[in-house]
Amino acid sequence: MLTTEVYINGAACISPQKTIENIGIPAEVTELNDALYLKCIEPVYKKYIDPMVSRRMSRIVKMGIYTAKSCLENSGIEDPDAIITGTGLGCIEDTEKFLSSIILNEEKLLNPTPFIQSTHNTITSQISLALKCHAYNITYAHRGLSFESALFDSLLMMNEKSAETILLGSADEITPNTFAITKRLGHWKAGNVSNLELLNSSTKGSIAGEGSSFFLLSNKPASSTFAKISSVETYSNLQDAETVKKNAISFLQNNNIGIKDVDLVLLGINGDCRFDDLYYGLTKTIFSENACAYFKHLCGEFHTASSFAMWMAANIIKQQAVPDFIKINNVQVKKIKNILIYNHYRNLSHSFILLKHAEL
Amino acid sequence: MHQKVFVTGIGLISAIGNNVRETLESVYLERSGLGYSEYLSTIFKNEIPVAEVKLSNEKLGEELGLHSSQAYTRTALLGLIAAKEAILNAQLENISDARTGLVSASSVGGMDRSELFYKEFLHDNNKGRLRNIIGHDCGDSTAKIAEYFCINGFVTTISTACSSAANSIMLGARLIKNNILDRVIVGGVDALTTFTLNGFNSLMILDRQPCRPFDETRSGLNLGEGAGFLVLESERILEKKDKKIYCEVKGYGNACDAFHQTASSPEGDGAKLAMLKALETARLSPADISYINAHGTGTPNNDLSEGKAIENVFGSSAPFFSSTKSFTGHTLGASGAIEAVLSVLAIEHNLIFPNLNFSKQMNELKIAPVNRLMKNIEVKNVLSNSFGFGGNNTSLIFSKC
Repeated sequence: MLTTEVYINGAACISPQKTIENIGIPAEVTELNDALYLKCIEPVYKKYIDPMVSRRMSRIVKMGIYTAKSCLENSGIEDPDAIITGTGLGCIEDTEKFLSSIILNEEKLLNPTPFIQSTHNTITSQISLALKCHAYNITYAHRGLSFESALFDSLLMMNEKSAETILLGSADEITPNTFAITKRLGHWKAGNVSNLELLNSSTKGSIAGEGSSFFLLSNKPASSTFAKISSVETYSNLQDAETVKKNAISFLQNNNIGIKDVDLVLLGINGDCRFDDLYYGLTKTIFSENACAYFKHLCGEFHTASSFAMWMAANIIKQQAVPDFIKINNVQVKKIKNILIYNHYRNLSHSFILLKHAEL
Repeated sequence: MHQKVFVTGIGLISAIGNNVRETLESVYLERSGLGYSEYLSTIFKNEIPVAEVKLSNEKLGEELGLHSSQAYTRTALLGLIAAKEAILNAQLENISDARTGLVSASSVGGMDRSELFYKEFLHDNNKGRLRNIIGHDCGDSTAKIAEYFCINGFVTTISTACSSAANSIMLGARLIKNNILDRVIVGGVDALTTFTLNGFNSLMILDRQPCRPFDETRSGLNLGEGAGFLVLESERILEKKDKKIYCEVKGYGNACDAFHQTASSPEGDGAKLAMLKALETARLSPADISYINAHGTGTPNNDLSEGKAIENVFGSSAPFFSSTKSFTGHTLGASGAIEAVLSVLAIEHNLIFPNLNFSKQMNELKIAPVNRLMKNIEVKNVLSNSFGFGGNNTSLIFSKC
């Protein structure tokens, strides 16, 4: 396991919350009103993307490039040694557009633009194009572990000493069609549900979401440092609460951290009664005396939701404050040194990420 | 201490063979897999040649002993066939006797079934069989392979268009080199789809004739399908065993052309960087390379850019080089792995593959590809190039032990 310590010196996020303009956790939660899913609050793109260029870009590409550039700006780095991203479904809007045109036009006279921009690596390569960056460039597309894979590769690169700065990120978008399909697959709650009612839910399904987060990782701290990444661990199988508990304990042990040293446990509780037991299995047992919080009522459920959690955790460590609207218990913490993130995607894949205060 | 990375098992399926043995037979006969499709549904069936695997989904399912192939995309079936051959070839009796991972790659994942789903779904959102869409994502075929062989450790999927599988081999090698894993099954897969056929057709880069990489008259690529997988193992776990080692994964380099979303830079800057990085990690000089398995798609742009990049790295005395895409077609996300297996076979059997259909020297280049099969030639180090949309360029070096 990799336990290289890597600094987060820049972070930016576009999410269904007001996260992008202020570069920080907003003071209040944006509630889902009459919408079927949590859609991102988008910025005015022209700050970072030429309107002539962005006109032809799908939402996910614009969100990814904007977040990446915003992250670079707040870190002060212009030319990273690697660009590494993860996406669950990639550029699904353009994929749908091209697929529909093939069917509707019976394979004749097709506009190639949506095809060109449909590949999963469009965002990463558009970022390198915008930065004129010839460095290592890669895109992971592995379901609920897409972001974790990108994070793992980043830590591996730092371990190899083949990069000093890495632009790490994720992007996923939801479209009416992907929502309709995943709804039929039973992923989402029936009817209109508030995103503020996911805790202790007794019904099936979650709330769909989307977002893009980027981080500038460095082997050295800077005045802009948010936190350190200690390590990431992933599992690709069905698990029960007991196994998750064992994995959590051994993950902490491998990082030389005791249970009581975890100042905040940030969990991927998504309101689906079929899957949330794995989280409550932790809050009710080994972490019953730790401060625990959740985040998916803010961003919704999607393949790279853990990147939103890491963005939250980095900001919490930097600001040394846990917002009330994410707390699921009343355990008070004085100094936030270690944050453990545990997320799973429909119990098919699981991950632990450990962030630390940079001065440790 | 950095671990050396060895190839101990190989498997592949493409239009020139359903396994390594059949592939070699096609190579010796200089027999291309290009032709008109039997299984792909498209209005261009009898107009645009493709390199299709000569087995139906049902047959592929039977070969794998699956109860029903209906729950699998063609992508997953092709991936399973090649991964199974590689794992059997490496004689892994117990896959969990060492830290084992799986790194696969794909460019369009389970699109072959998504497009069936979409035909019905487009007109009515309540229609379309859900089993045809659940395997859409790139991770699906990887998850199916992991499940089939009970690989629960590090499992991931890379999607960087046409260099996807080369990047999965690179990551696998790095995982072993850094002592994170002892064994990684690496590779990639893509099935022919109406989506990609129409995509490349709309870009007007599909040749109506069999493709002619590096030829002055080349006018585009032909799509292919297939999968390639390799078993990589660390020197540490091989010390205890007396088993066949094919070669070493000695070098790798990933660089971005950062020039254009679909076109390569005129001088192949990204390609040159990827090759130089691979040589650097392998600690080899250009003169050490015996053979280059080029990306060589047959498009005017790629072959000129790659040719220039080869000249820039190797000078006018470039090593033997050829593109094997006139055999297998361009298998997109799988090409890096299929060509890696071919590179391993070049070392193993002392072969240099012919660049089929080459006849006319390119005006802009001084170098020319090998156009006939060369046998009994010692192949020590092979450089394999894979370049993708978005300028995602990766080069690998395989070396005789």
